[in-house]
Amino acid sequence: MRMELIQPFINSADAVLAQGLQSPTAIENLTMEEEAYRRRGIAAEVCLSGDIEGRIIFDADQKTAVRFASCLAGADLPETDGLMREAVCELANQIIGNAVTVLNDQGFHFRVHPPTVHTSEQGSKSSEDTEALVICFSTESGNVFMNVALRYHRRRAMERIAAV
Amino acid sequence: MEKFAPVKRSGDGQPVRYLIVDDSVFARKNLAQMVETFGGQVAGEAGDGVTAISEYERLTPDIVLMDITMPQMEGIEAAEKIVRDHPDARIVMVSSVGYQENIVAALQRGARHFVQKPVKPEVLYEVIKYVMRDDGAARGAGAGV
Repeated sequence: MRMELIQPFINSADAVLAQGLQSPTAIENLTMEEEAYRRRGIAAEVCLSGDIEGRIIFDADQKTAVRFASCLAGADLPETDGLMREAVCELANQIIGNAVTVLNDQGFHFRVHPPTVHTSEQGSKSSEDTEALVICFSTESGNVFMNVALRYHRRRAMERIAAV
Repeated sequence: MEKFAPVKRSGDGQPVRYLIVDDSVFARKNLAQMVETFGGQVAGEAGDGVTAISEYERLTPDIVLMDITMPQMEGIEAAEKIVRDHPDARIVMVSSVGYQENIVAALQRGARHFVQKPVKPEVLYEVIKYVMRDDGAARGAGAGV
């Protein structure tokens, strides 16, 4: 996996989490994962297609999801499933949107599909090409995991450039 | 949240009325909270482009804060349709996807400005003052007052 594709997502997650949770964040650890994704808390998945293809899963524990929702709403909110899912989807939306902005301005073109709630306990196993990178962000209210499995299609990008 | 000098309509000194359009209820609440600190009034909310158009007709707000990626009809298309019927409509696009093509497309179709999410109140405040400037002199005196 090319690091220059991943870095915008890390930078974006760091900035969005810090602003969204109104507290500092830190990268706790970074691991490669070959096993199938296992859900830890409230998860939202965003798929990408085009020059870059794959998926990113954001997985936050309940306390963090509620904290993010409460900060956005400007009031303390209860821990209800619907609210927490909506909050994690909006979190995913903001992080992906900011990263996509950077990548698009660098010349990568791809489509971002709207976030969907990941309800199953387990996801598909990553392939050799799309080995997943898992980044754990620690925040004052808990951890947020970003599971990134992306693949760069050089040929597709070349074809697109040649067609212009 | 930081306090801002109220931005009022120059004609009658009344609060600026906003229509907030976003498919995320949290994003709408977040923006509603901000515009209230600018002395504004939330006239209505919509969760998609189609509803945004009908709510604009019904409410005729002073400013529309419009997300881009939404179900049924995306924000840029909704903005284009609103501006076609109401050339004076002031629409500010508010989206997490802020690459150049997107911004240019929105501005070409009639949006007045673009703000990237996560929205910083001081940035939105300055944009609101700028967009309201053609309403005469917006009365806000500056951020952080």
